[in-house]
Amino acid sequence: MEGFKDKTRVLSPQDIKRVLYRLAHQILEKTPDSNKLALLGIQTRGVFLARRIKAIIKEIEGTDVPLGILDITLYRDDLTAIGPSPLVKETKINFSIDNKVVVLIDDVLFTGRTIRAALDEIMDFGRPQKVELVVLVDRGYRELPIRADFVGKNIPTAQTEHVEVRLEEIDKKDEVVILEKSNK
Amino acid sequence: MWDKKHIIAIKELERRHIEAIFNLARNFKELSQREIKKTPALRGKTVVNLFFENSTRTRTSFELAAKRLSADVLNFSASMSSLSKGESIVDTIKNLESYHPDIIVARVGFSASMRTFMRYTDASIINAGDGANEHPTQALLDMFTVEEAKGTLENLKVLIVGDIRHSRVARSNIFGFQKFSSSIRVCGPTTLVPYEFHKIGVEVFDDLDKALDDVDVIIMLRIQRERQESSFFPSLREYVERFSLTPGRIKKAKKGCLIMHPGPINWDIEISSALKERLHPFILHQAGNGLAVRMAVLYLAGTRRKEL
Repeated sequence: MEGFKDKTRVLSPQDIKRVLYRLAHQILEKTPDSNKLALLGIQTRGVFLARRIKAIIKEIEGTDVPLGILDITLYRDDLTAIGPSPLVKETKINFSIDNKVVVLIDDVLFTGRTIRAALDEIMDFGRPQKVELVVLVDRGYRELPIRADFVGKNIPTAQTEHVEVRLEEIDKKDEVVILEKSNK
Repeated sequence: MWDKKHIIAIKELERRHIEAIFNLARNFKELSQREIKKTPALRGKTVVNLFFENSTRTRTSFELAAKRLSADVLNFSASMSSLSKGESIVDTIKNLESYHPDIIVARVGFSASMRTFMRYTDASIINAGDGANEHPTQALLDMFTVEEAKGTLENLKVLIVGDIRHSRVARSNIFGFQKFSSSIRVCGPTTLVPYEFHKIGVEVFDDLDKALDDVDVIIMLRIQRERQESSFFPSLREYVERFSLTPGRIKKAKKGCLIMHPGPINWDIEISSALKERLHPFILHQAGNGLAVRMAVLYLAGTRRKEL
């Protein structure tokens, strides 16, 4: 990220792996009937996390949980404020979410605005029995009454800092890093 | 990064603009397959469809596109407006401006009239056809359909047949396909396809059989019988004889070539009705793609940077 430099590494590749196994177990513990589950990954990194969790659930339970991709751009509350027109990425949910326990997966929970947009979008796809939220990192500073059901790691941060989740699939390595403003 | 306030002409767009529109359109196609075919992206925005010329397809397509993005839509057509009572176009626009529209989709009979509109409104202007000049969204949807079918827009041989002289669709398509290094041929009676067209880098033919040789895409234009009173060709029968696309003729084109028509088709004039079966899927496809492309254009105009 421009103008920022790495400050602390808070999760290593091993940590991320362990955390994802725990999250998968927690999801299954709360919904033992894995046939009821449907995973929805939020673009971009939430999708990769969702794929990994899907693989772990398959390993544990042997079930192929349906997985969808959600891009929330069109549901943002700041579409015209931020301009220029933000990129719209693919949304792909090719199964019915009606009466499913939908597990929404994202990398970082911050203001909660992304999740608000995602909830609105989900409701346009159908009526799930329940929606749960899973995040790899919760860094605080919520601006809406939203909380995650399962959190990989709570990371206290300063509001001026950034939390970056890097994943093998697009960043060539697995890690979670806190960034601070560089003085340059 | 999107840096256009208005979408007036394909001529003024760069390749990256066209690619950005297509990327969005692909995602908007998915939206139209959902149970609830609507997103709040342009909530609170006002889109005015200002049609000084009759059009059902283009207008309804823009209207539905705006509604799927949750914009408020105002349809304004010349026949029901104060224009028929003698109001000038400029006064009409000034009046509309008091509603603070965000986007004006305009169709006008005169070429290059969009520039005049810009002076009297802060809204983004989208050209839905201006005289014989351009019809950018039609060309975008044609190109989008070709890219879907062929997997590319590059190095194709594209043939446009019919009344090229009066066709804004032809002009927009020529400028568009040229940006992707595709070569364009035009074909029709010399009165409707002036030889001067070679100056903008297209090959001009008056023999359809020769023009069809090895082409990947054929765009058939509608013979606008309502505009043919000044007899640009001796008789309709002669036109059909020489320029109608028939199952026999099509064999000269590349195998699996794509045939398109902006509609509505005069069967057995531009195209033999024996080709109905073959064309039907593409034509319905084009309509769906038109909706997606127009949603993309409205989205970009509606979420543009304010300072543009």
